[in-house]
Amino acid sequence: MDSVANIILYFVVAISVTVFSVMAVTSRRILRAATYLLFTLLSTAVIYFQLGYEFLGAVQIAVYAGGIMVLFVFAILLTRKPGDMAAPLESHRKELGIGISVAGCVLLLLALFYMPMLNGISLTEAIQSGEKITMETIGKAFTGSGRMQYLLPFEAVSVLLLSCIIGGVVVARKR
Amino acid sequence: MDLSMLWYLVPSVIMFVAGVYGFVTRKNMIALLISLELMLNSADLNFVVFNRYLFPDSKEGMIFTLFAIAIAAAETAIAIAIIVNIYRAVGNTDIDSVKKMKF
Repeated sequence: MDSVANIILYFVVAISVTVFSVMAVTSRRILRAATYLLFTLLSTAVIYFQLGYEFLGAVQIAVYAGGIMVLFVFAILLTRKPGDMAAPLESHRKELGIGISVAGCVLLLLALFYMPMLNGISLTEAIQSGEKITMETIGKAFTGSGRMQYLLPFEAVSVLLLSCIIGGVVVARKR
Repeated sequence: MDLSMLWYLVPSVIMFVAGVYGFVTRKNMIALLISLELMLNSADLNFVVFNRYLFPDSKEGMIFTLFAIAIAAAETAIAIAIIVNIYRAVGNTDIDSVKKMKF
């Protein structure tokens, strides 16, 4: 049995995720779309906090809301005048988009609701049945080379970030 | 009333479908990138929810999500560098106006 506060928090977050993600793709002003995307990402971070992954929520806020959104806003202001509206959608594109998304939504929701639930436990039981994830376990998972430890992917990501920095500079520099 | 796994998967489905809609309909490249972020984010959310409800003793869903966030950041940085470069060459960022490459 979950507490009333958890259920209320769930509804607030679920409604904001739904509304803001739909508004992010339908808004015709691109800067507003980016702002709605920011709200969606922050709501997702709240879901991570509610599920008990505090470190993941902090990473989501720091990397997505702090890093990627700044990149988005800079790119938008470099390429468009603020207040520019996108052209209205062409009708065949809109029909195609609505068709694909409604079909996908119906299909996925049907699959979800007819899926045999692997377990029907509540959030509180799920959080209590698992061991608490501390910074120590996360650090050991990233820097060990044993079973269920991920030193090699961690190093690969560091090389990826380095090549991404160099690639970004090379691609965007003035000739 | 219990918050079971299904409750968290439904907003994730809607986020993914909104991303698909934006990816099909929008013409501006930055708007396409925003839709892509929505789809990635819903996949991350699914990883975490399955980890919490089905395998509460392990932490692999969280680790995968951390890697996915890092790779999404790298991908967005490169994509925005390319978009700014295209804007310098073509003058706008519509996906239809990029029809030929330099070589």
